[in-house]
Amino acid sequence: MRHTLSLLVENQPGVLSRVTGLFSGRGFNIESLCVAETIDPQVSRITLVTRGDEQIIEQIKKQLNKLINVIKVVDLSEIESVEREMALIKIKATAEHRAEILRMVDIFRGKVVDVSPLYYTIEITGDAKKLEAFIELMKNFSIKEIARTGTVALPRSKKTELRRN
Amino acid sequence: MKLTGAQIVIESLLKEKVDVVFGLPGGAIIDVYDMLYDSPIRHILVRHEQGAVHMADGYARATGKVGVAMVTSGPGATNTVTGIATAYMDSIPLVVITGQVPTKLIGNDAFQEVDIVGITRPCTKHNYLVKDVNELARIIKEAFHIARTGRPGPVLIDLPKDIQQTKADFVYPDEVKLPGYKPTYHANLRQIKKAAQLLARAKRPVIYAGGGVIYSQGASEELTKMAESFYLPVTNTLMGLGSFPGNHPLWLGMLGMHGTYTANMAISCCDVMLAVGARFDDRVTGKLDEFAPEAKIIHIDIDPSSISKNVRVDVPIVGDCYDALKKLFKALQNTEENIDWKEKHHEWLTQIEEWSREHALAYEQPPDGPIKPQFVVEKLYELTGGEAIVATEVGQNQMWAAQYYKFKRPRTLLTSGGLGTMGYGFPAAIGAQVAFPNKLVLDIAGDGSIQMNIQELATAVGNRLPVKVAILNNGYLGMVRQWQQLFYHRRYSQTSLEYSPDFVKVAEAYGAVGLRATKPQEVEDVIKKALSINAPVFMDFIIEPEENVYPMVPAGAPITKMLLGGTVLV
Repeated sequence: MRHTLSLLVENQPGVLSRVTGLFSGRGFNIESLCVAETIDPQVSRITLVTRGDEQIIEQIKKQLNKLINVIKVVDLSEIESVEREMALIKIKATAEHRAEILRMVDIFRGKVVDVSPLYYTIEITGDAKKLEAFIELMKNFSIKEIARTGTVALPRSKKTELRRN
Repeated sequence: MKLTGAQIVIESLLKEKVDVVFGLPGGAIIDVYDMLYDSPIRHILVRHEQGAVHMADGYARATGKVGVAMVTSGPGATNTVTGIATAYMDSIPLVVITGQVPTKLIGNDAFQEVDIVGITRPCTKHNYLVKDVNELARIIKEAFHIARTGRPGPVLIDLPKDIQQTKADFVYPDEVKLPGYKPTYHANLRQIKKAAQLLARAKRPVIYAGGGVIYSQGASEELTKMAESFYLPVTNTLMGLGSFPGNHPLWLGMLGMHGTYTANMAISCCDVMLAVGARFDDRVTGKLDEFAPEAKIIHIDIDPSSISKNVRVDVPIVGDCYDALKKLFKALQNTEENIDWKEKHHEWLTQIEEWSREHALAYEQPPDGPIKPQFVVEKLYELTGGEAIVATEVGQNQMWAAQYYKFKRPRTLLTSGGLGTMGYGFPAAIGAQVAFPNKLVLDIAGDGSIQMNIQELATAVGNRLPVKVAILNNGYLGMVRQWQQLFYHRRYSQTSLEYSPDFVKVAEAYGAVGLRATKPQEVEDVIKKALSINAPVFMDFIIEPEENVYPMVPAGAPITKMLLGGTVLV
């Protein structure tokens, strides 16, 4: 099963490597991974999407908690949360297709963020399913390049807030 | 007061009450060695950095204190990796300090540069690269704290040369602030109550005790008290040997691949298993889905990730073994029904006795035949009164030592259980001898393993550390040969060690004493003589070349499927 884990970690060199090393060393999968500073510059948030049965997910969470620099691990799949991902899609946009592409971008509430004589670059945001649906549609045209951010997520409750003393 | 980084290292080690460091200097750690020159800290100069880490490990296992090793950058650092991984697998508290090239050169492929923090990330509990001398004291404080608390483990500090030379104010912090590190010591009482209820209803209970019982101060006494009060039979993992008296009537012997028939049968037939400070290693469980099929499992461990990792557990208890066992004892005393525990377990204990009678550990020593290794270990046990600290190498020697030396107390067996490091025993024995100069320290070795760190003879002789090494010399990499004999149609691919040195002469060349026994009648005399000499001794026992370790469970088979020297039991 797919699980989205939200990790609060100390913002220090090598921490990401400890996390990814744990996954590769123990044979766990990473589907996507997103890292950036939080409002507290000493703390970063890693949002990580992984897959596994119940026992593997439990082991992943325990092993992550064992890392000294990992402050908190929350499994967002167990609680209500919001998930978003962004993709930039560069697509060949010839005159005959431009209108149709724009219509679809509009339906998916995306944006064209760059236009060149041959290409559109489209920005689209949503959960992974929405992105995949859009990408599938765009395959009817010619996709040149895609960059996806991977999932970021937050729980709707207070679960991943840090109490600082 | 401003001190250089090198001085801060020494002052911090003194604050941590470090009395000995094992190591070998080099260009990138020379500044710390310069400060060591005038310090009261004892230094044991090794001949290979792997030896330094194993010595620190042996010191730590024998004393319970944090072992410290110090080496230079590059090859000095990489040579420590096997020792660090050994300590990591067996949860041994170490602090390893490695020199590093100056910060400006890091990443430039400088002379003797290696990314040791990157290399050791998966085999340390934590590691540090010091980038600012102002953080050095805090890092050392944290390193010792992390190494010795929770589930212990090795911590590495990589210390660039310019940091050693830069000055900073020295204030050793009183406490550590680690928001992501809070080990659970206190066992949850609700879980303890559940465990007690299971045990109160059990008809065929077994305690399966591992190394955690040894590392948790006082847990071994609690375990013994609990077993005796409630008539609970106990089996030990290799790492747990010594946590329960090896000559106790409730002791079943070691379990697992080379466990006793009794222990493996008992664990397979039990209805409630109390696992404490053990981690269900594959060498213990054999085939997982046939391991203890009828058992409800209670698992006490300080490391939550050890619980339900390999085997699903019914009552998980996270906490320190001592704390949990103490609480469980009270809970068992206060069970609602008035239980006659002796009567309740009578039938089960009778069954266990029967198993022990049917298939006790056995070997035959023909009076005129070649020496049997089991006979040597039994004689060692007898002539040392079972009072020695015993290190082992890895392989057949390790298993015979585990089976035939009946360990009575915690911290008397030093063995590489998790990683299975050949070459571990001799330096570990030296480390233990440093900690206990007046105790008898033995290394039970094979002719293969002893050659993997034989250079440390110089360290033993030079520091007057009278370690006694019993080499069970069969001319083979014996355990691999045994597998080849049993599972690879006797195709002895690269397991014969025909060109080994004369170990007596090797010992003598280093200034130690070498003795040899080739007949069973000579064994006792050689041991007696070795024990009477106050110097390192190599005892070369020329043993039956193709003797096997039995019982043996083939890898991946259920543990009831034991080979007992020819017969297969199902």
